Amino acid sequence: MADVVLKNVQKSFGRARVIHGVDLDIRDGEFVVFVGPSGCGKSTLLRLIAGLEDITGGDLFIGGERVTELPPAKRGIAMVFQSYALYPHMSVYDNMAFGLELAKSSKQEIDQRVREAARMLQIENLLDRKPRQLSGGQRQRVAIGRAIVRDPKVFLFDEPLSNLDAALRVQTRIEIAKLHTDTRATMIYVTHDQVEAMTLADRIVVLNAGRIEQVGSPLELYHRPANLFVAGFIGSPQMNFIECQVAGVGPDEVLVHLPNGSSVAVPVAPDGVQPGETLTLGVRPDHVQVSSRGPLTGRVELVEELGENHLLYVETGQGSRITVREPGDARHEAGSTVTLDLAPEFCHLFKTSGEALPARNRAAGSALSSPSRMTSSIA
Amino acid sequence: MSQSVATGIAPVQSVARGRRSSLTRSRIRAAWTFIAPTVIVLALIAGWPLARTIWFSFTDASLNNLNDYEFIGFENYLASYGGEWFGLLTDPDWWHAVWNTVWFALVSVSIETVLGTVVALILNAAFPGRGIMRAVILIPWAIPTVVSAKMWNWMLHDQFGVINDMLLNLGLIAAPITWTANPDTALWTVVMVDVWKTTPFMALLILAALQMLPGDIYEAARVDGVHPVKVFFRVTLPLIRPALLVAVIFRALDALRVFDLIYVLTANSRDTMSMSVYARQQLVDFQEVGVGSAASTLIFLIIALLVVITMVAGRVRFGEEAR
Repeated sequence: MADVVLKNVQKSFGRARVIHGVDLDIRDGEFVVFVGPSGCGKSTLLRLIAGLEDITGGDLFIGGERVTELPPAKRGIAMVFQSYALYPHMSVYDNMAFGLELAKSSKQEIDQRVREAARMLQIENLLDRKPRQLSGGQRQRVAIGRAIVRDPKVFLFDEPLSNLDAALRVQTRIEIAKLHTDTRATMIYVTHDQVEAMTLADRIVVLNAGRIEQVGSPLELYHRPANLFVAGFIGSPQMNFIECQVAGVGPDEVLVHLPNGSSVAVPVAPDGVQPGETLTLGVRPDHVQVSSRGPLTGRVELVEELGENHLLYVETGQGSRITVREPGDARHEAGSTVTLDLAPEFCHLFKTSGEALPARNRAAGSALSSPSRMTSSIA
Repeated sequence: MSQSVATGIAPVQSVARGRRSSLTRSRIRAAWTFIAPTVIVLALIAGWPLARTIWFSFTDASLNNLNDYEFIGFENYLASYGGEWFGLLTDPDWWHAVWNTVWFALVSVSIETVLGTVVALILNAAFPGRGIMRAVILIPWAIPTVVSAKMWNWMLHDQFGVINDMLLNLGLIAAPITWTANPDTALWTVVMVDVWKTTPFMALLILAALQMLPGDIYEAARVDGVHPVKVFFRVTLPLIRPALLVAVIFRALDALRVFDLIYVLTANSRDTMSMSVYARQQLVDFQEVGVGSAASTLIFLIIALLVVITMVAGRVRFGEEAR
């Protein structure tokens, strides 16, 4: 059990800098998920914490101890790899015991720990098998078991579920969440799948191009994205973005003109914006409704039925498209014309720099979770 | 078509069955067409000479006149005249050649395997100029054996050789050594030159095996804190073992047939004579095609036996996925 502190951590490969000074405080027992698009540096950051890559600049502390220059084995971490990284010629038992043999543990203790981990992961009956005789899900469990027997201070997961099929992914995700509640160990988890991030994390770290875009609880990120990147990255289908112009500024709201001339009063702090300035209005597909009130009009291009809800892709002129999610079956056909209403209290405004205007009285704010939220309750 | 649909399912099935068997037949025909050239060429260049050699080993043929010979059974191998045994199996020179060859193969292949593994591990590491090093190391292997043997002959020359000169200047030896003529050093000299020449081949095969290994298990080992030496013996070596054994068998086959290197370096010296050199001597120098063929046949049997033993002992399975 330990906290992990990154102080201005940097990484360069030759002249290419891939991590630009990351500061991060991961609390003891916390489940932190790194998300971001491909090549954002999330895996590199994890490998820096693991010690598989050298830190070029800055410092790393695990459990209060400076470990920047320590080899991986001395950092008190265990890592689960995307490709499982099992030793193909060793049995499941030996795979889990191999790392312990060196720690000068007695045979009895090794045996006890391996069997304990195997029982926890329900792979006791597989201990004599070779990795090639196991399914993907079983292999990943063995890999997790190998991490558990080391009894690490920090668990590191590098996209552990991406080689599994959809059903198994959900199941293994639940098991990882359960492992976290059982062990209360600090866990750092890298994924590009935002469902995994939302369901597992106490806090999510959104990375982009080697920089942290935002750190926060899943709902904080969903309801109060700090910038355009986070707003677009978290949530599926993606948030709608509409270019607009500031028409008026009040103390607690900003009035904006949409391209078709209609206006919306968004309850956010003006943060110094001036009338006439161009902003981007963001609204999630769930917060747009088909309604006779307007303000937007468009033609339905495509309907996607998902059963419990449906998606409308509406062309609102000038090539801009709005996605609408409504419950139940679609009541509109492709080609029909609809008017759309936005819920102003759920709209976000972003400056041209990408930065969000601070939200006021946001209803969702009360739903923000505390960091100690039990992950298992989500799973 | 419409008819078969109209008359029900049975005709459709029979049509399908007929089609499938004709497809199978044409596949088998295609397979034979593709392997026929190989089978014919192998039969001509390997099968026929082998059969002819085995046949000659049961005759008293001579190189003077290959058409005039008589079948004499096993007399070339073993014959008894008036209570005394004659033939190849009683010739101490032959057994000396067998011993030389097996010793040579064992020692040179062992050294080459160890050195080749070391070289492959070095070449597998990332360092600047690796591509050039991989090419450079192959040079000894690319030089024809006769050329490199001649080259070493000069370097090892007892009066003008650079090796004796260097060792004398360093004060390591008091007098020049006749490397290839001295019975104590001759076979070791042959081994040394062979190691110099064929280590690159082993290194290349082992390097190919090393490059097939997944990189992530080495990272897992680093996280586990396994010492690199232990990683080599517990992870790398077991994983490259199948490829290593194939390489060893290839090399052993070559070493057991060794001829050119020994012949150029030491000619017909009894101290270094290999089985192949012995066979050539019988066949060409003594014109005894029968005895020479008998020796060749025994070489074939000995090599086959040793390879089978190696494969059984090493549990090598060609055709099974190496994992």
